[in-house]
Amino acid sequence: MIPEIGHFALIVALAIALVQAALPLTGAARRIPGFIAVARPAAQGLFVFVAIAFGCLAWSFYSNDFSVLNVATNSNSRLPTAYRIAATWGSHEGSLLLWVLMLSLWMLAVSVFSRSLPEDMVARILGIMGLIAVGFLSFMLFTSNPFERLIPAAPDGRDLNPLLQDPGMVFHPPMLYMGYVGFSVAFSFAIAALLDGRLDATWARWSRPWTTAAWIFLTLGIALGSFWAYYELGWGGWWFWDPVENASFMPWLIGTALIHSLAVTEKRGAFKAWTVLLAIIAFSLSLLGTFLVRSGVLTSVHAFATDPKRGIFILCFLAVVIGGSLALYAWRANRVAPGARFDLLSRESMLLANSALLLVACGAVMLGTLYPLFLDALGLGKISVGPPYFDSVFMPLMAPAILLAGIGPLIAWRKGDAAQLVRRLRWVAIAALLGALFVPLAFGRWAVLASVGLLLGFWIIAGALAALAVRLRSGTRPGPAFLGMLLAHAGIGVFVIGVTLVKSYETERDLRMAPGDTAQFGGYEFRFEGVREANGPNYTAARATITAQRSGGSVVRLEPEKRVYLVQRNPMTEAAIDAGISRDLYVSLGEAVEGNAWTVRIHVKPFIRWIWFGCLMMAFVGLLAASDRRYRAVRRLEDAPAADATVIRRSPA
Amino acid sequence: MRAALLMVLFLVSGFSFSENPATENRIRSLEEKLRCLVCQNQTLADSNAELAGDLRRQVREQVAAGRSDDEVVDYLVQRYGDFVLYDPPFKARTLLLWIGPFVLLAAAALVLVATLRRRRRAPEDPMLAPDDKRLVERVLGPVAAPGERDGSAQ
Amino acid sequence: MKRVLLPLGIFILLVGFLAVGLKLDPREVPSPLVGKPAPAFELPVLHQPDKRFVPADMRGKVWLLNVWASWCASCRDEHPLLVDLSKKGVLPILGLNYKDRGEDAQRWLKQYGDPYQLSVVDADGRIGIDYGVYGVPETYLIDREGVIRYKQIGPITPAVLERKILPLVTSLNR
Repeated sequence: MIPEIGHFALIVALAIALVQAALPLTGAARRIPGFIAVARPAAQGLFVFVAIAFGCLAWSFYSNDFSVLNVATNSNSRLPTAYRIAATWGSHEGSLLLWVLMLSLWMLAVSVFSRSLPEDMVARILGIMGLIAVGFLSFMLFTSNPFERLIPAAPDGRDLNPLLQDPGMVFHPPMLYMGYVGFSVAFSFAIAALLDGRLDATWARWSRPWTTAAWIFLTLGIALGSFWAYYELGWGGWWFWDPVENASFMPWLIGTALIHSLAVTEKRGAFKAWTVLLAIIAFSLSLLGTFLVRSGVLTSVHAFATDPKRGIFILCFLAVVIGGSLALYAWRANRVAPGARFDLLSRESMLLANSALLLVACGAVMLGTLYPLFLDALGLGKISVGPPYFDSVFMPLMAPAILLAGIGPLIAWRKGDAAQLVRRLRWVAIAALLGALFVPLAFGRWAVLASVGLLLGFWIIAGALAALAVRLRSGTRPGPAFLGMLLAHAGIGVFVIGVTLVKSYETERDLRMAPGDTAQFGGYEFRFEGVREANGPNYTAARATITAQRSGGSVVRLEPEKRVYLVQRNPMTEAAIDAGISRDLYVSLGEAVEGNAWTVRIHVKPFIRWIWFGCLMMAFVGLLAASDRRYRAVRRLEDAPAADATVIRRSPA
Repeated sequence: MRAALLMVLFLVSGFSFSENPATENRIRSLEEKLRCLVCQNQTLADSNAELAGDLRRQVREQVAAGRSDDEVVDYLVQRYGDFVLYDPPFKARTLLLWIGPFVLLAAAALVLVATLRRRRRAPEDPMLAPDDKRLVERVLGPVAAPGERDGSAQ
Repeated sequence: MKRVLLPLGIFILLVGFLAVGLKLDPREVPSPLVGKPAPAFELPVLHQPDKRFVPADMRGKVWLLNVWASWCASCRDEHPLLVDLSKKGVLPILGLNYKDRGEDAQRWLKQYGDPYQLSVVDADGRIGIDYGVYGVPETYLIDREGVIRYKQIGPITPAVLERKILPLVTSLNR
């Protein structure tokens, strides 16, 4: 009964979405207040029915209803409760429903928090989001019904993939989808502005908080995914440049360009058309990602089981939505009045350069991800493009962007003062050079790439601190938005330092160890104590005990496991990690070999946690921005930056 | 039942583990550059697939026989093609791949410079930029701005 | 061309590639050995373990080398086709029994029919690696000079047989 209610709720949701798309958009175009007024209640109604559908599916999983095909394929009665519920989104159909739920949540938020926007704008925005919902709901109902029945019902399920039986599964997909889908709001704002014909700075002001929120969720979602892969997969890596990982990273790169571009459009009225294009591209990449993951054109551990019919549907949807938006852009973007003038040396030009670099970086990632497909489509054979390519291409492209990010906050809007900039940068440069030269010595080994990475990381952190000092010295109190920006930049610096130190100084060994064997490296002595049986609720395992000790320090116990899950029978490695601010010790168990020994892989990874801590810092921007007056009813006039005051004073009327 | 499953765990693998850490490191870094052919995008090092195990054994034997890294990689490429390499070779058909990003960078730089130059030469916009306007308003009081719609209040 | 049309243009190109991509299989690995001499080996024969076979024994003939195993489910799909082909005497078919056990292999052939002139035993898969085998079944068409002319990945279907293999056999036999 419940699955049928869920199915029905989806059908009702589709009907509402059709109404939500058709009436408000027509109403805004033809100025029919009755139609315009439909937007908000329709969005709220859509949320209710999608939530009902989602609840029905989640209930089916929770109550082990194996007459639902999805539950039988992805769950099991012995699965712990939290994972039974998380399995709701562990499949193609379920994760689509999660996607639509997130879309309806954002729609609900827009319908509630947009009182200060003109009604016809809201109508257009919700109308476009409604169109997107129509696409996804149709896709579900026609090709990927999560409520399909299995008759006769299975006695038990095929179990959730053991790799997914982890807290990461509870948080990573929802967070990621909140971000992915959140860019649809910026997209809808942009299309609404294009349709409206008025593309001015106020559009940017409205759009900014929504875009920042989506960006924060996406940052957290990707960081969570990376962290989860690190502790779960057992190989000690945290990013593989896998097509699905890239599919989430590309919107992030453009999203970053977008939030910067929105800032310029809001403050200076410049880049209006460019910002609109970025908003379209960001969400288009989200949609492209959805296609890549579900169509079977690329191979990935994250990809869902596929069906050519699904691929064709999504591709057509993509063609219509993105093609339509880009065509609309081509038609309407020319009507935009050019923005304020600015010099070659100014914050505007730094931000424009930043946009350009991020776009190129995104293009490079896309090139690498799709190149095997391009060659195969042209009949030129099959190749693989993996981490060696991306690492060697991506890092040189991002280096200038990071340099600019250190300079940007220190340079004035409109017309930068070169002498003043050089003075401010002097200390930044010194701090960066000191870091680049002396930190490697602390590791006992000097490496060129390590120094370059450290130079960039310290540069951007020092740049943020310098900008803070400039602001404090000018007497104006730094507002939360300003502090948030500095924190996000510093977060990038922390991230870069973490990546640099781990890649340059990590040590790992593959060893054959019998009880009592020891190994010395990375500053630690590792001792293999032995292996014993350790079973869980739905698996059997062999658990090893390995101790690690720094000379004179305390002893750390690590207990990696090799598990065999009862239903799926594939052996799985659970690595043991001793976490620390300055290093992680990472041990994974290989196989049993003769002589009562096992193969063991041990890593010492310096400063790896800084990678995710940096991401957290970037995401923390959100909390600061939320405390910003933007969300308050009365608009206190914003930080009048000292730099801007300087500009007003110096330039002629 | 559980004992039987534990037996599955204790598979005795037949390879001879080298006692030399440098060799082990070399083998592992080779395995990380090579692709598991039957997996969903995994390196030879991380895959549990049987063929991956066979290929890892081949790599180990080749290294033990004194072959260089290039020779070992070439051995597999001859049999399985470029697909087995995660580092795409620099050939005619991958030229666009390797050069593409830098061409994009150069193109972006050119467009950027052209745009910035054009901005500099553009006539001064009589309208105040939004945040300048906000600053002026703070000092002088509200400024009437025809054509620019303010999202707040009315 | 106006600059604003550039994003749309790039997108249309991209969609074109993606549409073609939907028809391709990203996991199929084409063989670099097509057009090259079949790698040499010396392996025991399945039903006569004392006897040894080398590919050079087949010089002067056009033949099929079919990689199979008793544990392989898809092999059962193509097997009737091979049995039929061998009955018609179109060309000699030899089997490479891949990572299998002798008794299982012999039992399987007894149950499903034996189209092979002979089968060689590749117990640990080494020769398979030499031939770039990554799955079972796979089939190689080898010409009179011992050069691989075609590799079939996966079971041979009647369509593939009609359209690719048989015409090639005819032209190679001329």
